Amino acid sequence: MTTRKFIDIDFSRIESDRMRLNVGPQHPSTHGVLRLEVELDGEVVTDVIPHIGYLHRCFEKIAENVTYPQVIPYVDRMDYVSSMNNELPYVMAVEKLMGIKVPDKVEYIRVIMSELNRIANHQIAIATFGLDAGAFTPFLYLFRDREYILWIFEKASGARLLFNYFWIGGLANDVYPTFKEDVLNIVKQVRKTNQEIERLLIYNKIFIDRTANVGILPADVAINYACSGPVLRGSGVQFDLRKNEPYSIYDRFDFEIPVGKGEVGTVGDSWDRNIVRMREIEQSCRIIEQAVEQMPNEGDVQQAIPKKVRPPKGEIYFRCENPKGELGFYIISDGKDKPYRVKARAPSFVNLSVLPEISRGYLFADLIVILGSIDIVLGEVDR
Amino acid sequence: MEITEIYNKLKDKFGDSVKDLIISPPSDAFIAIASDKLFDICLELRDNPEFDFDYLMCISAVDFSENLEVVYHIYSMNKKHKVILKVSVPKENPVVPSIERIWRSADWHEREAYDLLGVVFEGHHNLIRILLPYDWEGHPLRKDYKEPETYHGMKVPY
Repeated sequence: MTTRKFIDIDFSRIESDRMRLNVGPQHPSTHGVLRLEVELDGEVVTDVIPHIGYLHRCFEKIAENVTYPQVIPYVDRMDYVSSMNNELPYVMAVEKLMGIKVPDKVEYIRVIMSELNRIANHQIAIATFGLDAGAFTPFLYLFRDREYILWIFEKASGARLLFNYFWIGGLANDVYPTFKEDVLNIVKQVRKTNQEIERLLIYNKIFIDRTANVGILPADVAINYACSGPVLRGSGVQFDLRKNEPYSIYDRFDFEIPVGKGEVGTVGDSWDRNIVRMREIEQSCRIIEQAVEQMPNEGDVQQAIPKKVRPPKGEIYFRCENPKGELGFYIISDGKDKPYRVKARAPSFVNLSVLPEISRGYLFADLIVILGSIDIVLGEVDR
Repeated sequence: MEITEIYNKLKDKFGDSVKDLIISPPSDAFIAIASDKLFDICLELRDNPEFDFDYLMCISAVDFSENLEVVYHIYSMNKKHKVILKVSVPKENPVVPSIERIWRSADWHEREAYDLLGVVFEGHHNLIRILLPYDWEGHPLRKDYKEPETYHGMKVPY
């Protein structure tokens, strides 16, 4: 175990030229088109300025010009590695505004799909985080496993990544007959790989040396910056909307909220944020197993879908626990079939804003690790 | 704490700066406040242990033809209650005090609201565009926005 502390030098007393370096926008470790303007003193990061917006696709403007159901495909494209989770808060917000109660079967399928997608998202997050720290093999193992999950999505919805599967009041179509067996097989496979990854990556000495005590985010700073998801929980804050503010049917399941405890370093370091994702995969497996067991076989998934989606005048802010954090939709309806305003509170956008705060004083190589540990998707940052 | 209780307590302290409490289900209830006292009210919400609002979820700006509205969704991690504040400013002079010094998460949200709707947050340390290019003209989420013909010689409408 290392005891490397972040380098605390009084910079004003040392005379040296600061260097400004651009990381990105086309750079393999920025996870997309993100440009970081880094100010360096030797190899020590003194300031980071993220420049975002390269992937801005005017989601909010488009949403004002299409009908409510037509927004769903655009919602998919925000966080393109966990589309199912993106659809959930949007459709639930509109349903709540219209007062629609969806059948039990729909709720169960939604939960199973969301949790499967959470696993897929965390697998990517851990894989690319490993890649940032120099571990290539776990990347291949996790991407192989994620593919099995995508097969299930493809069988159910017809698409691998951008599903348009959750509709307002129901689902695009029912699941296929062998769905339950497939899901349970996946859960087995995911657990097996998780054990492998723990041995291969998580408790690997090199990996711990690279990530422990790096990018420490204290709990109060995390809350003040409104961080959410694994970034917040990695700092030891036990907060999960599925538990604290249960939506859908999450109050029917028994699961825990993993938090960072500083096992190999300090609470809130990069390793902690990663281990939270690792443990969340296990909790998602538990939820899926319970949901598959309780899920009713009979039922029409399209029975509650309204013929015309025209919510009454009003507004709503609805938030769900996404793999990356709290995804909220603020929807204003003026009684027409198109939304008056849709504002997406994207977790990656908010989480990224804490990066300058936690990367000052570390080495440049650590900056890449810190960025990887926040787990951003630029589609969601820029919208 | 329920929103009516929060409203009454704020009303006692800030008087007419706290305007109305509007409850109309299925919408969320919100408190309309005057823009000049926004900073003080937010500081009170954060620092008074009774309220203990430490988590700013979201800032959204909305264009209502004559006015621009800024909506603040605030949550308390410890007390598990939330409040929605609304500030309405005229479109010709949309100036709202910045609350970036109270909740740091407001920094990027305010820049986004400035970028897309042109709300000016007074006291923000770095109010520049965030999503659009730095030299873009106009604020696209306004309802009367006309997109430019060209941008640096590139055709904009396709």
